[in-house]
Amino acid sequence: MSAGAAPPKLAVWKFASCDGCQLSLLDFEQELIALPDQIEVAYFLEATKGTIEGPYDLSLVEGSITTPADRERIREVRRQSARLVTIGACATSGGIQALRNFADVDDFISTVYAEPGYISTLEDSTAISANVPVDFELQGCPVDRHQLFEVISAFLNRRRPAIPSYSVCVECKRAGNVCVTVAHGTPCLGPVTQAGCGAICPSCDRGCYGCFGPAEAPNAPSLSRQLSGLGVEDVDIVRLYRTFHADREPFRSEGIAHER
Amino acid sequence: MRVLERKSLSPLLEALRRRGYEVIGPTVRDGAISYEPLSSADQLPVGVTDEQEGGTYRLAERDDGAVFGFNNGANSWKNHLFPPELSLWKGRRDEDGEIRFTEQEHRGGPYAFVGVRSCDLAAISIQDRVFIGDAYVNGDYESRRRDAFIVAVNCAEAGNTCFCASMDTGPRAGDGFDLALTELLDGGHRFLVEVGSERGEEVLAEVGSSPAEPRDVAAADAVSEDCASQMGRELETDGIKELLYRNVEHPRWDEVSERCLSCGNCTLVCPTCFCHSIDDATDLAGTESERVRRWDSCFGLEHSYVHGGSVRQSGKARYRQWMTHKLATWIDQFGSSGCVGCGRCITWCPVAIDITEEAAVIRATDRIEAVGINADD
Repeated sequence: MSAGAAPPKLAVWKFASCDGCQLSLLDFEQELIALPDQIEVAYFLEATKGTIEGPYDLSLVEGSITTPADRERIREVRRQSARLVTIGACATSGGIQALRNFADVDDFISTVYAEPGYISTLEDSTAISANVPVDFELQGCPVDRHQLFEVISAFLNRRRPAIPSYSVCVECKRAGNVCVTVAHGTPCLGPVTQAGCGAICPSCDRGCYGCFGPAEAPNAPSLSRQLSGLGVEDVDIVRLYRTFHADREPFRSEGIAHER
Repeated sequence: MRVLERKSLSPLLEALRRRGYEVIGPTVRDGAISYEPLSSADQLPVGVTDEQEGGTYRLAERDDGAVFGFNNGANSWKNHLFPPELSLWKGRRDEDGEIRFTEQEHRGGPYAFVGVRSCDLAAISIQDRVFIGDAYVNGDYESRRRDAFIVAVNCAEAGNTCFCASMDTGPRAGDGFDLALTELLDGGHRFLVEVGSERGEEVLAEVGSSPAEPRDVAAADAVSEDCASQMGRELETDGIKELLYRNVEHPRWDEVSERCLSCGNCTLVCPTCFCHSIDDATDLAGTESERVRRWDSCFGLEHSYVHGGSVRQSGKARYRQWMTHKLATWIDQFGSSGCVGCGRCITWCPVAIDITEEAAVIRATDRIEAVGINADD
């Protein structure tokens, strides 16, 4: 960033999601507002109704694509954005709502809505990357605020984000935790899940639920054999893989493999 | 050699603390024995033992009141000498545009490590070779290591995943300690003490001990011999470097990669693995930056990333790299094996991959070539 140049414009977009990742961004609202020379918050409806027209230097996208209208809208966001970063499980994997991808969406519509005819929706909930090219995907449900800060900082400073893609185990051991699987027999998705949360659940004596999604090189079939050995039933193995990242490989295939 | 009464253990820790040492020793934490800062001898795992197998670790009670009646725990002395995360320096761009750096000072210590097993002494000596035994000295490691006082404890029982006898690193500590204890339970709970340094002698003098009788020495010898005969695992090291070098394409690597999770646990619990990453972070304004060192693992793709991609793409390539480095290329690189036979990588592997078994299978089926060579491996 050279002195005198206009600050980069940041936009934050919401698609099908719970807003939790945007809240992670609001967690450091003060830091953002304090830097008018470094960054201009141009579009962020969760924070302010004032908007500035595009194009935008950096777009953060929360949520998955579930409707024909959103499929069009994300294309327009892409056109308006020099850099597009997805934030969270919905935008990166399709989210919890991707459970619909394993069932018939019309069954849900007729069960939930009094007038199904008014509902216009897609059969599947898909990740942003399935619809438009993305520059970076930040995993997590919700994203970790420090990682989000790192990604924004990296893009503003034109460097590569330092976001590790190895397993939760690496962070868990660094945190000094005793392995909950080996020492207590607790089922844990840590070995196949990407780091970033700081190993929150194992630090509280719980198994990892995989909310940060698949790590870079997960061996889910091997972990499933180990989970079965700990006494986890197939139906529960399916549930473990089908929570936050149901439709992302290899969680998707592993869930299907244990379905009966 | 001297004899220390059971009741003198607390005064021993006190004497170390009086000399300014931060005492680190074994204690029960979260269902495992872990090496942690101790404020009192009461925190030692009295009457506790562990049952270890591939992929499982459980604590159990023992009725003889043994203080050191267990094997290696969940972490190692590496956690204290080579901490998992360390800030190296911070940089700041001042108003005038000048960038100033502040190096992080090492805080903590000097340490007294109480309860160091023979295999872990060997591991410390291997990390000494890596971090301070060459032209380029790692200052932080050196400052933690230089003044560390070591109270070794000779194992009385071998765990199911132990194989120090194979690696010639135990069970009895040979050198590298200030004091070495052998716990004797029969004929009065006491410790045979070997003195390894002048400061060890001085500390012992403050605590008070009696001369060892021939029966104490004989009892300690019997403890170590007994332990050596009970090793849960075995690893044949004869010609192992050449064995692994000529079996780079052995089909066993494919089989083990079917099981390997690439999670990195084996490397993180290994007391000799030293790989780390150096990460830089900046603030949003681009005025502050920090460089942090973190434990890394050769099971990550980033570890072998060079321009254009990772060199070791497959789980097979990563496991082969780790095991071959540990048992073979380490010898060329540092003049010793990188494995001390502590068994942690076996116990703490969630899917119970066993380095001794992998080596044995390759030895038993030496030079069986894999069909085809995948350039991607």
